[in-house]
Amino acid sequence: MRKNLNVIAAYSIMMGLIILVGIFQSWNIALSIFNLCLISAVMTMGANIQWGYAGLINFGIMGFTALGGLAAVLISVNPVQEAWSAGGTNILLSLFLIIGIVIAVRFVLKRYQKSKIRNYIIAAIIISGIIIIRLVSEPGIEAIEEVNPARTGFLGGLGLPIIFSWIVGAFFAGGLAFVIGKVALGLRADYLAIATLLISEIVIAIIKHEDWLTRGVKNVIGLKRPAPYEVNLQETDWFINLVEKFNSGKLALISDITERQAALNQFVIEGSSVFVKLCYSGLFLVVVIILLILTQKALYSPWGRMMRAIRDNEEAANAMGKNVVKQHLLIFILGSAIVGIAGAMLVTQDGLFTPGSYRPLRYTFLIWVMVIVGGSGNNFGAILGGFVVWFLWIEAAPIGLYLVNLATAGLEDTHFLKVHLIESVPYFRFLMMGIGLLLIMRYRPKGILPEKIEIK
Amino acid sequence: MDFLNALILLLNYIFVPALAYGSQLAIGAIFVTLIYGILRFANFATGDMMSFGTMVAILFTWYFQSLGLSLGFLPTALLAIPFAILFMGLYMLIIDKFVFKYYRLNKSPPVQLAMVSIGVMFVTQAVVRIIIGPSDRRFFDGEKFLIKANEFKEITGLNEGLAIKSTQVITIVVTIILVSTLFWFLNKTKTGKSMRAYSDNEDLALLSGIDPKKIVMITWIIAAILATIGGVLYGLDKSFKPFTYFNNMLPIFAAAIVGGIGNPFGAFLGGYVIAFSEILLTYAYKKFFMYVLPESMEPDGLVQLLSTDYKFAVSFSILVIVLLYRPSGIFKGKIL
Repeated sequence: MRKNLNVIAAYSIMMGLIILVGIFQSWNIALSIFNLCLISAVMTMGANIQWGYAGLINFGIMGFTALGGLAAVLISVNPVQEAWSAGGTNILLSLFLIIGIVIAVRFVLKRYQKSKIRNYIIAAIIISGIIIIRLVSEPGIEAIEEVNPARTGFLGGLGLPIIFSWIVGAFFAGGLAFVIGKVALGLRADYLAIATLLISEIVIAIIKHEDWLTRGVKNVIGLKRPAPYEVNLQETDWFINLVEKFNSGKLALISDITERQAALNQFVIEGSSVFVKLCYSGLFLVVVIILLILTQKALYSPWGRMMRAIRDNEEAANAMGKNVVKQHLLIFILGSAIVGIAGAMLVTQDGLFTPGSYRPLRYTFLIWVMVIVGGSGNNFGAILGGFVVWFLWIEAAPIGLYLVNLATAGLEDTHFLKVHLIESVPYFRFLMMGIGLLLIMRYRPKGILPEKIEIK
Repeated sequence: MDFLNALILLLNYIFVPALAYGSQLAIGAIFVTLIYGILRFANFATGDMMSFGTMVAILFTWYFQSLGLSLGFLPTALLAIPFAILFMGLYMLIIDKFVFKYYRLNKSPPVQLAMVSIGVMFVTQAVVRIIIGPSDRRFFDGEKFLIKANEFKEITGLNEGLAIKSTQVITIVVTIILVSTLFWFLNKTKTGKSMRAYSDNEDLALLSGIDPKKIVMITWIIAAILATIGGVLYGLDKSFKPFTYFNNMLPIFAAAIVGGIGNPFGAFLGGYVIAFSEILLTYAYKKFFMYVLPESMEPDGLVQLLSTDYKFAVSFSILVIVLLYRPSGIFKGKIL
């Protein structure tokens, strides 16, 4: 109990802050912060597994998040029958062609000795394959994008409940991680960082511009929900009764019946959106807890010890007969898969998929700030980092506004400096993140909750 | 005649723009490579440092414009560059003193320094946005074109026009001057040689009496010159927007690595490799083939290898291929 005191204290302070937001701003804001904190926590757990357990830098978090989001679209949206009949065969044919190319290249790799000629053969297979695929897919893609472009214009998905996409998102992200890992894991740490950063940009470019698959920058809106809709809730009897019971004290004070009805309506509208957010919180909390249990178990298992050994001294671990390359690949896939889950959760919560919104600052670097601030190598630290940093990211604007007002209290309201500063309040969050990161790196390099290894 | 037309077409749409864009990337890539070679970390604040320098230059440009100063047909920003470099150098040295120095003295692993540079990136980005705002700004003044497309058509009587913007010429001329001075400095002067020695082997350099403090300071000052000039040239040619500058970090990194990180000459050429491949692969060649091929063989489609949306993806794919087959870059990296 005693040694966990700092963990408990840190989490209580964090929860206290969120409750304060609920009391002073509104419960709606508090809950949306809390939900995004939970999603951030899942992302940081993924990054923490890679960085904290194994010392791998993955600056491609944005790409894996976006793939998770794509999974949510492909699973939950109803299939567009016309699009399938218009261009489905061409797309399927191209898919088989891609598989064919991969098999052909593998065959050549296995069959022939390493030589220049082999390289030329492989290049020829790939280039001719790409040309054939373009010829086959082009008419299909055009036909698909012409099907009611204002509303669909893409193949649609499978029409399953969106919750499944959380698992599928993990598989998508893990699959991409397998490919990237095979290509890039042999690189030095900072090369790996740059390579993953650039590969994630390629992923975003594809998602943004392949309209037949994702609708691209036209966005997919109105995804299915795992939670009830506010409008339906507001008409359900049990919910109205619940809200009435909950607010009976306040309602009793109002004597006039019509006024009381109006007040009740107001409460029901507010309550419905809080209730929906609570449903999401519950779902996300379950995911976070399951992942936390699994990662904690892994951390203290023999496998976790081996990962730390590899992280701290690769050569020694290698000499002890541990397969460093294989373990690195495994942990890269696992961590990325967790990030993929978070990506699917994010799209589920928003109810829309906007490829244009994936930017490295928000989805890669901010997550890294969370991991470093929270404490790399410590799962509780990583989750806390997600909470603290996301909270500050949202609340930076009000805090910044307060500080600006304080600093320019002596100036008139129309003074150009004051006006300019108040206009630039949104950018104070970057300043806070940067300074926070620099201070933590300098004075507490292991994060708020540092890694603690106990032998159990 | 058709052949000449086709040639002019390629010059106008591929060669000239790629040369200018490549020069801008090359300057940035040399900046990345210098920091990597001598201070030994991947600087993720590259794009934002460039935008900081450009911002200072823009502020000076506005000041000069309000004073009525100008360079005639040349943009006023050129006059502002020396002042911007002074500020930028100061900013770099302050950052180094308060941030990077501690980790350098502690001999922290390069990964940690890269992480710290992300902190610097956030702070610089915030400062730029607070001072000048996130919106798109054009600060070009003076003569816009050296050769206008219409004039060219009239003079030569060809169907295709060749338009050369003055910013493109300025970019290329300034790059040639800057890069040749830099290589002269690195290869011929004593300080430059000691910088190369320090990058090659730190301990040996220290043993032979090279002062690391001086080397680091000079590196930051050269970095300030490169960042400011590279940023201003890009801003003159296109426009200044903090977010675009942040994104430009990616092709710049690609150029530095393709050329062999730590090798300034490689970075210089890497910039052009990236720029030319981006533009060559995403250009629609339909018109070109219309001139070259006989009428019966004219192509139906645009004859575009990749849509322009994948411009960035091209350079990154090149990077991935290079990393796979020659991790040290096309021109052997890590020798400054």
